[in-house]
Amino acid sequence: MASALVLWLAVYLSGTWAVDKGNFKTCDQSSFCKRQRALKPGESPYRALLETMELTNTRLTLQLINDNNKVHLLLELYRLQGNITRVKINELKPLKPRYEVPDVLIREPPTEPLSLLSQDENGVVLSLGVESQRVIISARPFRLDIVEGHEVLMSLNSRGLLAFEHLRMRKDTQADPEPEKKEEADPDNQAETAKEEEEKVEEGMWEETFKSHSDGKPNGPSSVSLDFSLPGVEHVYGIPEHADTLRLKTTDNGDPYRLYNLDVFQYELYNPMALYGAVPVMLAHHAQRTTGVFWLNAAETWVDISSNTAGKTVFGKMLDYVQGSSETPQTDVRWISESGIIDVFIMLGPTPKDVFSQYASLTGTQSFPPLTSLGYHQCRWNYNDQEDVQSVDAGFDEHDIPYDFIWLDIEHTDGKRYFTWDPHKFATPKEMLQGIMDKKRKMVAIVDPHIKVDSNYKIHNEIRSRGFYIKNKDGGDYEGWCWPGSAGYPDFTRADMRAWWASMFAYDQYEGSMENLYTWNDMNEPSVFNGPEVTMHKDAMHGDWEHRDVHNLYGFYVQMATAEGLIQRSGGVERPFVLTRAFFAGSQRYGAVWTGDNAAEWDHLKISIPMCLSLGLVGISFCGADVGGFFKSPSTELLVRWYQTGAYQPFFRAHAHLDTPRREPWLFGPENTALIRDAVRQRYTLMPYWYLQFYQAHHTGQPVMRPLWVEYPQDPATFALDDEFLIGRDLLVHPVTEEGVRGVTAYLPGKDEVWFDVHTFQKHNGAQNLYIPVTISSIPVFQRGGSIIPRKLRVRRSSSCMEHDPYSLYVALNPQRTAEGELYIDDGHTFNYEKKEFVHRRLSFANNLLSSVDLAPDAQFTTHSWIERIIILGASKPSKVTLKTADGQESHIDFEFDASMSVLTLRKPGMNSGADWTVMLQ
Amino acid sequence: MSSRFHQLLPMLLLLSVGVSAVEVQRPRGVPLSKRQFYEEGKPFTCLDGSHSIPFDRVNDDYCDCQDGSDEPGTAACPNGSFHCTNAGFRPAFIPSSRINDGICDCCDTTDEYNSGAACQNTCREMGHKERESLQKMAEIAKEGFVLKQQLIQEAKRGIEDKKAKLVDVQVVKKDLEEKVEALRTVKETAEQPEKEAKERHLKAWEDQKALIRMEKDKARMAVVFLELDDDADGLVSVSELLSHSELDPDSDASFTEAEAQGLLGGVDKVDTEAFEAVWNNLKEKYVSEVTTYTAAPVETPPEEVREPASDNESEQYPEDDVQEDEEEEDEEDEDDDQDDADYKVNPLIPSFAFRYIYRLCPFNRVSQKPKYGGSETNLGTWGKWAGPEENVYSMMKYEHGTGCWQGPNRSTTVKLTCGKETVVTSTSEPSRCEYLMEFTSPAICGEPPSRDSEPRDHEEL
Repeated sequence: MASALVLWLAVYLSGTWAVDKGNFKTCDQSSFCKRQRALKPGESPYRALLETMELTNTRLTLQLINDNNKVHLLLELYRLQGNITRVKINELKPLKPRYEVPDVLIREPPTEPLSLLSQDENGVVLSLGVESQRVIISARPFRLDIVEGHEVLMSLNSRGLLAFEHLRMRKDTQADPEPEKKEEADPDNQAETAKEEEEKVEEGMWEETFKSHSDGKPNGPSSVSLDFSLPGVEHVYGIPEHADTLRLKTTDNGDPYRLYNLDVFQYELYNPMALYGAVPVMLAHHAQRTTGVFWLNAAETWVDISSNTAGKTVFGKMLDYVQGSSETPQTDVRWISESGIIDVFIMLGPTPKDVFSQYASLTGTQSFPPLTSLGYHQCRWNYNDQEDVQSVDAGFDEHDIPYDFIWLDIEHTDGKRYFTWDPHKFATPKEMLQGIMDKKRKMVAIVDPHIKVDSNYKIHNEIRSRGFYIKNKDGGDYEGWCWPGSAGYPDFTRADMRAWWASMFAYDQYEGSMENLYTWNDMNEPSVFNGPEVTMHKDAMHGDWEHRDVHNLYGFYVQMATAEGLIQRSGGVERPFVLTRAFFAGSQRYGAVWTGDNAAEWDHLKISIPMCLSLGLVGISFCGADVGGFFKSPSTELLVRWYQTGAYQPFFRAHAHLDTPRREPWLFGPENTALIRDAVRQRYTLMPYWYLQFYQAHHTGQPVMRPLWVEYPQDPATFALDDEFLIGRDLLVHPVTEEGVRGVTAYLPGKDEVWFDVHTFQKHNGAQNLYIPVTISSIPVFQRGGSIIPRKLRVRRSSSCMEHDPYSLYVALNPQRTAEGELYIDDGHTFNYEKKEFVHRRLSFANNLLSSVDLAPDAQFTTHSWIERIIILGASKPSKVTLKTADGQESHIDFEFDASMSVLTLRKPGMNSGADWTVMLQ
Repeated sequence: MSSRFHQLLPMLLLLSVGVSAVEVQRPRGVPLSKRQFYEEGKPFTCLDGSHSIPFDRVNDDYCDCQDGSDEPGTAACPNGSFHCTNAGFRPAFIPSSRINDGICDCCDTTDEYNSGAACQNTCREMGHKERESLQKMAEIAKEGFVLKQQLIQEAKRGIEDKKAKLVDVQVVKKDLEEKVEALRTVKETAEQPEKEAKERHLKAWEDQKALIRMEKDKARMAVVFLELDDDADGLVSVSELLSHSELDPDSDASFTEAEAQGLLGGVDKVDTEAFEAVWNNLKEKYVSEVTTYTAAPVETPPEEVREPASDNESEQYPEDDVQEDEEEEDEEDEDDDQDDADYKVNPLIPSFAFRYIYRLCPFNRVSQKPKYGGSETNLGTWGKWAGPEENVYSMMKYEHGTGCWQGPNRSTTVKLTCGKETVVTSTSEPSRCEYLMEFTSPAICGEPPSRDSEPRDHEEL
C-alpha cells in the first residue's frame, strides 16, 4: 500500500512539474512527418529535364520530373548579391497556388548574373559570379552541388530525399458534391491529374486527428522535403527555438528538431521539441568555412540531422586518422515542411561574419532599441495595483538598485480585455505612469492577440465588424479559449488588419497610455488553450490560406503591427520597444524576444545561454530569459546567480509566476540585496558598451551575444562551448551557473591574446582553460587585450538619469601594446540617428598615443558627456601624460600607476566625448 | 561639464526660533556636523584616513577617496552621500547618484543645482504636513492609549472579580474540606451511622460543585459580555449581538434585530447587570471568538472583523470557474481530450478584494469566504508575533492555511497599528497565497510621549 502510494505520488508530482509531452505531437503523430520520414535515402525519383532549361541574366529555370508520378516541378535558381544562392522548387502547375512566405524578406533580393560554363546530357555547370564557385546540376537523378575549387561546399538531394507532395483531387471523394472546387481547377491541371499514376492514399493525407482534435485537410497532402549534405562539417547550429545545447545534435535516434510555434507549459530541457518561436536557419561550421541555409517556409517544419562521425568516439576518430581512413566528416540535414514550397537561401560565407551579413541582407538586422530598454526590467505576474507598482518602484530607490522598466502582466486589464485597465486596481493609469516618468523610468503593459468575445468591448466589436478575425473552416469567426475565456484571433497576416491594430496604440485610442508605456506581446504562437497542441486549428482560414500555411508567421506579424503602432503614435519619432514570445525569421526587426516560461531551476539558468546564443546566430540579438525562472521559486543562491548571468545577457528582465512568492531583489536579506545590487550595477556601468553593440548589430547583423567560435572560427576548442559567451568581441563572460561551486573553468581563446579580469585587472593568456575560484559575489568576466570599452561608472536610478554622465575608458593592451574600440552616443530614443544625429568615434591606442577620431564626420550630435578617466590595463609607468585637444591646446594630466597589476589611471582628462583628442604617454 | 572649482554653499540657518540668520560656509553636500573636516585651503584627508588631497579636489567632480568623502556635493563617487539641509522640514542624506539626475529629491532643491530640473522648494509645506500628520497620529495615539487603559482596567477588574470569587470558592472549599476531615473522623469513630454520614457528605459535595459551576458561568458571562461589547461602552447592544449569527433563536440563517432584541429581554442595550438577566438566553449557543487568552500580551478585545465587500460589475466571468479550479487542484486531469482546460492555473484571478469576505479572529485564524457562496478557505491559524526585533508585536503571522496549487500553504501577515477603533482597514494578496491585513486597534497604542516629539535636528534649524 505504502509503496503504491509513494509511486502514485511520484508520478503525480513529477507530472505536475514536467511538460505534458502527450499534448504535443511527435513526428510519428504528425502524418506528413511520418510519411516523409518513412522515405529513406536512396536514388531520387526526380530527374532534371535539361531541355527545359532557361537561363536569363538573373535566373535559371528548369523542370524536374518525378518518374514515379510524372508530376513536373519547376526549379528556379538565383545568384543573389553577397554570395547567396537561392533555390526555389514549386509545382510547375499546381492545382491551386501554394503558399509563398511574404513580408519576411526585407525586399526582393538583388541578383547577380549567372553564366553557363558547360552543359551536356548529364547536367550543366554554372559559374557563381567572380569567385571560383560553381553550381553543378546533375540530371539523373536530379542533384545540385555547390563547389568551390575542388571542394564541395554543399549538395542538395544527394541523398535523394527531395519529396514534393503535389496537390491533388481527392480520389475517394471525387463523386462527392463539391462541384465548385472542380470548376475552379484549371482544365490543364485536370488533364495533368488524369495522367498521374494512381497513388496510394495513406492515412492522414486527407484528415488527421490528434487527441480529440480533427484536422480536416481539404487540400490533401502538400508537404515538401529536401536534403542537404555538408562535407567536412561536424558542427551545425541554429534553428531555434529549442531548449537544447548550442551545437545541434544528430536526430537519428529520436525525433527531428521541430519548428512549430507552440505555447509549451513547463518545457523540458535538452530535447528537440518545438517551443514558442521558429527561425528556419541553420549554420554549418568547420575551421575553414561557415555556411548557412535559410529554409523560407512558415508551416510546421521538422529538421533531421545526421552525421557520419557522430557515433564515433575520439579513439575511433584517431584510428581513422592513423589508418588514413578516407572518410571525411559530413553532416546531412533534411528539412520537411507541411505545406508551401521549397525556397532555400544558401549562404556561402565563408566566415561567420559573412553569413550574418548575408542573412541580414535577406531579413534585416536587429532593430536599434531605445537605450533604456537595455537596462534592467522588473516584471511579475502580476503587480497587483497602482499602489503595488508605486511601492515596488520606491523599493528600488530605497535599496539603491537601478531599474528602467516595470511591467504589468494580464491582470492589469479590465477582465483580460487588452488596451483597457482594471477599473479598481488601475483606476488612474496616467497618474501611475506620470509617477514612473517622474523617476525617469518606464512601463510595459501586456497586449496579447487573443481578443475577448464580448459585445461591450470596443476592440472586439471593431475587429468583428471589419471582418478582421481569423475564420474557422466553416467561414465563421474562429473562437478559442484563452485568458479572457472565449476569444477571437485577429488575422495579422492582413496588412489592413495590422494597420488598424497599429492605430489602436494612438494615445487617444489606447486610453490611459502615455509615451513611457511600451508593449509586450505574449501568447502569440498563437496560444489557444482548447486547440490542438494548445494552438490554432490548422484548417482555420486566413483569407484564402489555411492556418497550416502561415502558422509560424503569426507571432512575427503581431509584433510587427505592435511595433508599427508604437512608432506611429509618436509620429514616427520614437523607437518602439516590443517584447514577443513567438517569432520567425525577420522578427529581429521589431524588438526583443524572451525564452518563454522557464523554471527556477539551475538547468534552466544554464540553458539560457545556448538558447540566446542560438537566437543571436540567426539574427535575433535582443534575447533574454526570465531572471529567477518563471515557474517555481528559486533558492536565494539561484536567484543571485541568475541576476549575475542575466546582467550580462542582452535582455535583462526578472519575471515570476503568479503563484510564486514575491521576489523583488531586496526580499532576501541585506547580503543578497547587496549581491543583486552589485550585479545590476555592473550592467549599468556597461550600458555604453551594450548600446554600441546594438548599434553595430543594427548596422551589420552581427549578433550581440556570440558563441566563442564566431570570433575564433579556427579554434575547435570553441566549437561546442555554451557555458560561456562573448558580448560583442571584447567581453568574455563565464557566469557561475552551478549550485554551490567554488570555482569554474573558463576557456580563454586566442593563441597570442591576453584577457584581463574586469574586476581585478589580472592578466591571463589566451588559448587556455583557466580555473577561476569563485565566491557568491563572483561574475567571471574578461576584457580582451587589444580592446577599449567605454563605461559609465556613475550608476543612477535609471539609465535615463545617466544620460549626461561622463565616460570612463578601459583600455586593455594586447601584447603588441595596442588597443581599439568605439564610442557611440545619440539621444537614446528617437530615429534621429537615421538623420545622422549621433557621435561615433574610433578610439585607438598605439605607440603610447590614445586618440579619438570621428568615424562619421557627416554626423552631428552635441553631447554633454565628457571623459572622466582613462584606465589602461597592461601599461607601464609613464613619466608624464599630456592631453592634446582639437584646438591644439596641451595640458598635463595627473595619473596614478598601480605597479602590481600594471594599471595606469589617468585622472580627469575632462575633454568632451564627441571631440577629437589625443593623449600622449611619455 | 562642471567647473573644476569646489562650490561653497551659502546656507541660511535658522537658529531655534528662526529670528537670526547666519551664513555658514562649507562645501556643497556636507552636513554641519562634518564641517570641521573640510577646511578651506588645507589639504583634505579622506574621512577614512586613506590619503590626503589638495583642497581644490574636494567637490571637483572626480572621485579621489575610496569612501567618497571628497565629493559630498557631486555624483562622482559611487558610494558618496549628499546632505540636504531641507530647512523647514527634516535634513536628509541622499546617495550621491541622485545629485543632478533631473529628479528632485531634496525638498530644498539643493540636489539639482546643475541639471536643469525645475524643482520647487517644498520643505515648508512638507514640514507643515508632517507636523499635521504627527499631530493627528499623536491624537490617535493619545485617545487610543486612553481606550487601551480602559480596556486594561476593565480586564483587570474582571480578573480581580474572578480572583475575589476564587478566594470565596476557596474559602468554601476549605470549609468543606474541614467538614470532610471532620466527617472522616466521625466515620472512623462511628461505624454505625455510616450510611447517614455518607449521604450528608455527598450532598455537601454536590452543593460545592453547583457553586463552582455557577461561578464559572458567571466568569464566562463576564468574558462574553466583554467580547460582545465591541465598542467597549459597557453596554451590549442589538447590533453587537447581531455579529453572532449562531445566536439566532430559530437558526433560520437570518438573525434579525427583533430576534436579537428578544434575546436581550426586549431592550436595545443591556449593561452588565441586565446582561446577567438575559444570559440564559445566550449561553447555550454563544460561540466565543477566542480560544486562547494567554498568548496575548495586549488585551485585545477579541472580535470578528469583516472587510466591507463591494460589487465588482466588471468581472463578468463565471465566478465558479475559479472556485472549481481551486477545488480540482488535487485531481489529475481525468479527461485527456479536454485539453488544457486546466491550463496554467486559473486564468481568472479577479479582484478578489471585491469577491471575498475576509475574517480575522485574533490569535485564532484568518479565513476567506467567497461572497457568493462557496466554502471557507483557511488563510492561516495563529502562529507567532512577527514584527521586527525592535517591535515584535507590530505584526502577527497566521500560518499553515489551506495549501495552494503548486504553491505554499496560505498564510497571512497582520500589520498592527494604533487606532481608535479595532478594525481591519485593508486586505491584500501581495504574493499569491500570502495575504496582508492592516489592522488598527487601541490595544496597540503605546504611551504617547509627554510632549510633542521633535524629530528635527535642532542644530540645523
